[in-house]
Amino acid sequence: MQSEVMFAGFGGQGILLSAKILAYAAMEEGMEVAWVPSYGPEMRGGTAYCTVVVSDKPIGSPVIRNPLHLVAMNRPSLEKFAPVVKPNGVILINSSLISIVSGRNDVDELIVPVNDIATKLGNVRSANIVALSAFVARSKIVDFDILRESVKKEFSKKAKLIPLNMEAVKAGEEAGKPKG
Amino acid sequence: MGKVLMKGNEAIGEAAIRAGCLNYFAYPITPQSEVAEYLSRRMPEVGGVFLQGESEVAVSYMIFGAAAAGARVFTTSSSPGISLMSEGVSYITAAQCPAVFVNIMRGGPGLGGILPSQADYLQATKGIGHGGCRLLVMAPAGVQEAVEMVMMAFPLAEKYRNPVIILGDGLIGQMMEPVEFPDSLGSEPSNKDDWATTGMDTRKSTKRNLVRSLFLDPKQLNENNLVLKAKYERMKEEEIRYEKYNTDSDYKVLIVSYGTMSRVCKTAIDQLKEEGLEVGLIRPQTLFPFPEIAVRKTAEKDSCKAVISIEMSMGQMVEDVQMSIQGKLPVSWYGKCGGDIPTPEEVIDAVKGLNV
Amino acid sequence: MGKTFKKPEALSDQIMHYCPGCTHGVIHRLVAEVIDELGIRGRTVGVAPVGCAVLAYNYFTFDFQEAAHGRAPAMATGIKRVRPDLMVFTYQGDGDLASIGMGEIIHAANRGEKFTTIFVNNAVYGMTGGQMAPTTMPDQRTTTSPFGRNVEDVGMPIKVAELLAALQTPGYIVRQTVLKPKYINRAKKALKKAFTYQMEGRCFSFVELVSTCPTNWGLTPVEAVKWAEEKMLPYYQLGEFKTPDQEE
Repeated sequence: MQSEVMFAGFGGQGILLSAKILAYAAMEEGMEVAWVPSYGPEMRGGTAYCTVVVSDKPIGSPVIRNPLHLVAMNRPSLEKFAPVVKPNGVILINSSLISIVSGRNDVDELIVPVNDIATKLGNVRSANIVALSAFVARSKIVDFDILRESVKKEFSKKAKLIPLNMEAVKAGEEAGKPKG
Repeated sequence: MGKVLMKGNEAIGEAAIRAGCLNYFAYPITPQSEVAEYLSRRMPEVGGVFLQGESEVAVSYMIFGAAAAGARVFTTSSSPGISLMSEGVSYITAAQCPAVFVNIMRGGPGLGGILPSQADYLQATKGIGHGGCRLLVMAPAGVQEAVEMVMMAFPLAEKYRNPVIILGDGLIGQMMEPVEFPDSLGSEPSNKDDWATTGMDTRKSTKRNLVRSLFLDPKQLNENNLVLKAKYERMKEEEIRYEKYNTDSDYKVLIVSYGTMSRVCKTAIDQLKEEGLEVGLIRPQTLFPFPEIAVRKTAEKDSCKAVISIEMSMGQMVEDVQMSIQGKLPVSWYGKCGGDIPTPEEVIDAVKGLNV
Repeated sequence: MGKTFKKPEALSDQIMHYCPGCTHGVIHRLVAEVIDELGIRGRTVGVAPVGCAVLAYNYFTFDFQEAAHGRAPAMATGIKRVRPDLMVFTYQGDGDLASIGMGEIIHAANRGEKFTTIFVNNAVYGMTGGQMAPTTMPDQRTTTSPFGRNVEDVGMPIKVAELLAALQTPGYIVRQTVLKPKYINRAKKALKKAFTYQMEGRCFSFVELVSTCPTNWGLTPVEAVKWAEEKMLPYYQLGEFKTPDQEE
């Protein structure tokens, strides 16, 4: 079983980092993973995207045109990638910055005001962790406890950022829980 | 040490250190600059040498000087940078010094682009610099294999006293995958007393060592070339490596593909299997020496009706595939060269287009 | 009575291939004497250039590497960085160092690489047959400046020692000549100082030596010395341009 997650947004939104934490968590869970960044000229122009492939078998093609899931942190990302997401995947929409929806009725659309939540926690820069946590809570792509530990590990060298990011994990988990 | 999640470029740098190579000279170029960035921090930690040279040309001679002084040494670059280094590579080969080069390929020709490519196949395998020099060329298909090949490359370079080049596409450098590092190797070439300019005091014999590539006497120059040729022939005997996939099946088509491209082909093969079309894959892990006999034998299966070389280039390896098949089956090519890696779907279309 | 004059141990018995009146032989001997006197033959590695001195290794009796055209300073950098205990020198001509290898020499000097460069400036490409070099004098005729070097067209000759001395990194930069015995002693002192600075791990050291090329200048050896004294020395002034002792 293989699943793929596309993280997409502006440069500076921590796209590559949240993708890396997910890849790390999946590796800790014993899965095969590949973290595949876009490093073309667009990286310098502002949009960043990164795919994480998670599988229980060795990963064949690391090049994914149709990911199962999408975490869209800004509107251009949603517009570009929502149409290529596979049916039955999760599309997380950062509604703080995106005023539209995916227009897909065959996916699980998760609308989270990621930036607003992060700002309320005290630092908008934790928005990527809020989004990652909400996405994992909804998609269950990795065990949530492992994700939490992976976030902690990522910030282990900047210990003073751990409490904020733990708050972000908690708020994301809350926002991502299936409703009802 | 268990698995760590690492970017290919950083893993390549770490692998060199684990291989006992504590000397690195380089010049920045996308998409492999992370190797230099990583080693600029890491080499001081392990007491190694890190130097950013003023150009790839200069770097190739820093490598030459260091290798000729008996040190284990390597550099990394990407396509246009490798062109600049190819002058030094020719000298290093002629002077029979061991050194490791890594080319994290980007698209070309010219400045081309910075996205993944396999467009330096011919450059690497057919004599990278002037004068008929040859390198042992290895092509990893993932970060783990890149690490293993880097660690194999140093002993091989020393065994042959010849440069070895790792040919990876941009994605191999940029991608993160879990890596487990093999046991560390000792440092320093063991046979260096015979040839390296380590200073006469360091050796027992009173003979001085001379590292050179100039042979004005035609007899001597021919002799040097015969020595090189013998090494290349020995590589063909001893160093060919390849992997096969789905070749237990009665495959109708045989794909030949390497590097990241071969992984895309594997996914395509899995999907085609579900559709009822069996396709086999042979993935050369050494591009020079090319697994010529293995490719031919694999294609000789009765069920196999066609061979296709799938590459991120406009058809370079296909020439070696044609040579291997010796006209026994139709050989075609599919590929792309702009940095857009072909998808499994595109590979499927290419295979179906063969109408076997 | 013992022997009062003998060939330095660092110099081989090989008969040199240099033309009559060429100063390479003198310079080779001076280098060999200095290496003997410092007792470093067993830990010295020379780097030969491309040019007339490409076969320099035939005349010395210690480890040698042979570089590509202009790349000797990069090779010496490689050696010295991985084997700081070795004594390393490059031996380069003006086509090699001042033209194709200008990038390598400037950066090696600027990094303060702890090796020595011996720069033999005879105002012409020797081995390739007397073509114009970056150091060719104004109006000097060569095979590629048959009407004399036109400075309007190709600029003035490059004063490499002055150029390197302008770098902010500490170094030992000197120009001497071997045209006559009175100069030769000073040249040897400069070479010894250069190697000594290297031994002490002090700095990059650079000795430019104004030399002759009677063959390609179309002069007799005696005329060549006279021409170099009259034409070259006023432009390529002798002396120390920089020492590591002087602080900015």
